[in-house]
Amino acid sequence: MTTISPHVHSPRQKQGFLAWLWMWLTTLDHKKVGILYLCGGGFFFLIGGIEAILIRIQLAVPENTFLVGSAYNQVLTMHGTTMIFLAAMPMIFALMNAVVPLQIGARDVAFPFLNSLGFWLFFLGGLILNVSWFLGGAPDGGWTAYTPLSSEYLGSGMDFYILGLQVAGAGTLMGGINFLVTIINMRAPGMTFMRMPLFTWTALVTSALILFAFPALTVGLFFELFDKIFGANFFNATNGGNSVIWEHIFWIFGHPEVYILILPAFGVISEVIPTFAKKRLFGYSSMVFATVLIGFLAFMVWVHHMFTVGLGPMANSIFAIATMAIAIPTGMKIFNWMFTMWGGQIHFNTANLFAIGFIPTFVMGGVTGVMLAVPAADFQYHDSYFVIAHFHYVIVGGVVFGLLSAIFYWWPKMFGKFLNETLGKFTFWFFFFGFHFTFFPQHFLGLMGMPRRYFTYFKGEGLEAGNLISSIGASGMAIATILLVINIVITTAKGKKAKGDAWGLGRTLEWSIASPAPEYNFAQTPLVKGIDPLWKAKMEGNKKLTPAEPLGDIHMPSPSILPFLMSLSLTLASFGFIYADINGMGALVFAGIGIGLMFLLMLIHSLKDDHGFHIHKEEIIETEKGAE
Amino acid sequence: MSETHTSIEKLANPEKATLEGKNKFLGFWFFLGGETVLFGTLFATFLALRDKVASGPSGPELFSITTTFISTMILLVSSLTSVFAVMAMKDNKLRQMQLWFWVTVLLGLCFLGLEIYEFSEYLSEGLGYKTSAFSSSFYTLVGTHGGHVFFGILWISTLMIASYKKGITTVTAPKYYVAALYWHFIDVVWVFIFTVVYLLGILGD
Repeated sequence: MTTISPHVHSPRQKQGFLAWLWMWLTTLDHKKVGILYLCGGGFFFLIGGIEAILIRIQLAVPENTFLVGSAYNQVLTMHGTTMIFLAAMPMIFALMNAVVPLQIGARDVAFPFLNSLGFWLFFLGGLILNVSWFLGGAPDGGWTAYTPLSSEYLGSGMDFYILGLQVAGAGTLMGGINFLVTIINMRAPGMTFMRMPLFTWTALVTSALILFAFPALTVGLFFELFDKIFGANFFNATNGGNSVIWEHIFWIFGHPEVYILILPAFGVISEVIPTFAKKRLFGYSSMVFATVLIGFLAFMVWVHHMFTVGLGPMANSIFAIATMAIAIPTGMKIFNWMFTMWGGQIHFNTANLFAIGFIPTFVMGGVTGVMLAVPAADFQYHDSYFVIAHFHYVIVGGVVFGLLSAIFYWWPKMFGKFLNETLGKFTFWFFFFGFHFTFFPQHFLGLMGMPRRYFTYFKGEGLEAGNLISSIGASGMAIATILLVINIVITTAKGKKAKGDAWGLGRTLEWSIASPAPEYNFAQTPLVKGIDPLWKAKMEGNKKLTPAEPLGDIHMPSPSILPFLMSLSLTLASFGFIYADINGMGALVFAGIGIGLMFLLMLIHSLKDDHGFHIHKEEIIETEKGAE
Repeated sequence: MSETHTSIEKLANPEKATLEGKNKFLGFWFFLGGETVLFGTLFATFLALRDKVASGPSGPELFSITTTFISTMILLVSSLTSVFAVMAMKDNKLRQMQLWFWVTVLLGLCFLGLEIYEFSEYLSEGLGYKTSAFSSSFYTLVGTHGGHVFFGILWISTLMIASYKKGITTVTAPKYYVAALYWHFIDVVWVFIFTVVYLLGILGD
């Protein structure tokens, strides 16, 4: 504990690897935390991608024996769990960290300490899940972990699932609260709610969804854990338990979760399309309205995952209508993006290609979504590859396209260098065609009766061609991903340097400061006079935004190792619970020690006031000169 | 900002005097929103499973309205004393604030003692955690609340011990304030537990 240095000044000076490592472990700077989230999310995205390729190798030909039985179940479960919780969510947090404070003209997030804690909890939660491969087998109950299969009949893999998600989920919840407060309390003068960039709006609504969805998952996972290690009866029918409760709890969390993922992608598209069409976003207020409405409806539709449970025609009808209603605000967004492009001067760079490619792809996923919302038809589609095709169209065609667009768009702001456009365009075309070749045939495989989660199919059932095309398509996405990694390596070594307004077309506040943003973000908080304040200033012939305050010293929080240590102690506690199930109650001692350490660290954090440090006026003037 | 331990004598709402304070205030309200969903899920599960007693005893056979009524009164009074503590904080009266918060902690301990006594009674009458779906959901719901009370006691005690050194400043005031807010929240949750679990359990059928 003695290592907490209270007055460490900006840790920029290079002192070798250890100092570098220490800087990343202790940073509370939201831009650095954003980079950490991007690296962590990217790492798990690669792992999840390898798992996807393994699945497609097994299914490429009928009666294949490459990956069968429990091994297939493990890869399948980990693919879903990893992609949703450990790849997509953290990459969304990466963008929110990198962009939201800059877009609202803030110097920091509301809770830098919690922000860092959220990252470390996510990362260590992901590691808990993934070390299961080496400690007796990965989770194999599907990413939905339905009971009683997961709670009574499977091995220790599900313990890793429960605890890993519990730790990562706690981190996500903290991130959600942090961004809610940041956006509501820390906007620059003049940045009213109806002047906020759309990405910030979607970050706000997504954070609210996180806040109200994740606690349900927390409780559900505890029920499953208590059934497993303490012999509780939540899902044990012999003693009166009821497995449908798990389905309700999981989907009350799980449906908002998919909107948690897609809304920020909508936000990205709403930033990229106007920028590269050189037009303001068409129908700004209707976009805001649609975002909020989608956020509200997200909580009203969970039963459409449970149409075949047998809740009765009345329940099914109500939830079917609610589900179809979501198509209305979503459709509004689609038309607004198209009207934004209409008559614009469209630049077809990689970021915009992904944004434009997003539109038809996501619409196709939306159409199958409305098809699935019809209960009578859903009885046919249920648990078939049609469902797989649908949700990959919305999650890959929607969320991942949005994320890739965002990565190309904001990369210069995050790192100060451009990604290579030629390689980027190759990435786009490989990914776009690879994606459609992979998932388009799966609609038909599903309609022909191929069930999801099965590790093989027989010859002569007409499923060979579709599956082979699908597997070949998957290699296209793999090539695209490899090209992206190469692109990142090459441009990190010698990429083109970016100016503050990297694309020359920036509309929002993040482009009004240097790339990458200085530690304090804004030397002077800007005065916001309308939507797209930077564009407005440029059109009025001003090089800079009007400042809202005189230049002065800026107060920053000190770095801290406590978030990392807190996450470590919860990881220790998690292993205590996991081994309580595997080896008996003795292991609960470690759970106790872990939780005790957590309380101790919280106590230290509570008692020790952080006075932070100041970046002095002269230093700011120096930094700002260097940026020009 | 947070560096200067501003005296708060002239501030009406010291907990919201700084941006950090405002953030803490709003963030904590949001946290309580999340907690509401957490308890909501626990309540919903309990309601779905409360009749599933398997071979074990049922709620009406066990619950004593006297004990739980006393518990309820103790916790309601402790909420009131935490209000007195916050009022004293706003008046910058450190001693008075400490006194009322200590009374709150004491009442919390009494509540927790009664709950432990209650649980041990149920255990001896054959309602173990593993007995039935009812018992699991009952102990999990009421136990989670008890855990929150326990955490609240630790939290407020810590703040009070530190308050002898740190006093009431714009840095500490938001901490006292949100701790009181948390205490109200667990009181409100208890009101629902008293109604849904005990009153409905005894009178509902």
